[in-house]
Amino acid sequence: MSSEALELGDDALIAAQRLAEWCASAPELEEDLALANIALDQLGAARLFLSYAGEADGRTEDDLAYLRDDREFRNCLLAELPNGDFAVTMAKLLFLAAAQKLRYDALAAGPDARLAAIAAKTRKETAYHLDHAARWVVRLGDGTAESHRRMQDAVDALWPYTHELGERAAWLALVEPVLAEATLDRPADGWAPAGGRDGVHTEHLSYLLAEMQVVHRAHPGARW
Amino acid sequence: MVSDARAAAASVVDPELRVVTIGDLGIVRDVRAGADGRVTVTITPTYAGCPAMDVIRADIRAALAAAGHADAEVVTVLSPPWSTDHITDAGRAKLAATGIAPPEHTGTVTLALSPRCPLCGSPDTAQLSRFGSTACKALWRCRSCGEPFDQVKAY
Repeated sequence: MSSEALELGDDALIAAQRLAEWCASAPELEEDLALANIALDQLGAARLFLSYAGEADGRTEDDLAYLRDDREFRNCLLAELPNGDFAVTMAKLLFLAAAQKLRYDALAAGPDARLAAIAAKTRKETAYHLDHAARWVVRLGDGTAESHRRMQDAVDALWPYTHELGERAAWLALVEPVLAEATLDRPADGWAPAGGRDGVHTEHLSYLLAEMQVVHRAHPGARW
Repeated sequence: MVSDARAAAASVVDPELRVVTIGDLGIVRDVRAGADGRVTVTITPTYAGCPAMDVIRADIRAALAAAGHADAEVVTVLSPPWSTDHITDAGRAKLAATGIAPPEHTGTVTLALSPRCPLCGSPDTAQLSRFGSTACKALWRCRSCGEPFDQVKAY
């Protein structure tokens, strides 16, 4: 199985599930549409990557999404963390989309033709997500005292989890200018939790999977 | 024989943008008949998660069956990725005529220009939301005539 396809598929799947939690709960109607659209894009990416990841051993995208336990998921910890407030969600999206864009760009020029085709497709959507998140981070960071405080809190709380996202220098080159424009302090590097790529997750993933998988597992093989 | 199959596939109406066909959108990549006469239609998705793809596949098969090509196969390819640049001029005109601003061409502008209002033609428009009622659209409002309108966003 392609471990890269599995990691990217799981990142996108778990991000889609988290973003979908905002449906009908976002701060305004336009953002409700935006988050649902981004979730849909992430789900589309997840289906492409997981279909490919499962082919080697005869598993479908549904097998991988609905019939694996937490220890078998390879998503980064950042993706599974709770949504928090809107600032936390936008910081998560900024950090994840920047990492996704870099990995998709590399894959699009890589030797695996199938992964290259998927990445060339998904990177266009990810670039739009990254831009959307960056605009919100700037607006909230460089906004009122309250929005600035909450955006800074979100960045500080999530920063440790960004060390797991892959190639650091290129990622920082995407994220640091956004934080600067948003008048936010770039947190110091320190604690760097990891384990998602090895299947060692936070407790949050189990609850997410329980909700995401319950219908499929309760009614195996059901169709409509 | 392949030409009528091609025409049948291209004439399938997009389930979400019902004023344009999938031919207008540029998502039909190839139509060919095998040695046994069975037709294979190759399409590409607009967005990776486009929820209309299953309906489009079913509609293609139905359109080909109606044109005398039973049991057509629909194959989906990703490469090269679809772009709004693949929307035909006829498709753009149909979108504009129904009040949906067509996308600007990608790569020609680094800063997105405001689309002209498809209703009154004014260039004085403002984006209300970067995401719209489908994955491929954004929501705008015209400052001149006051009407909101969709735009197929450059992609």
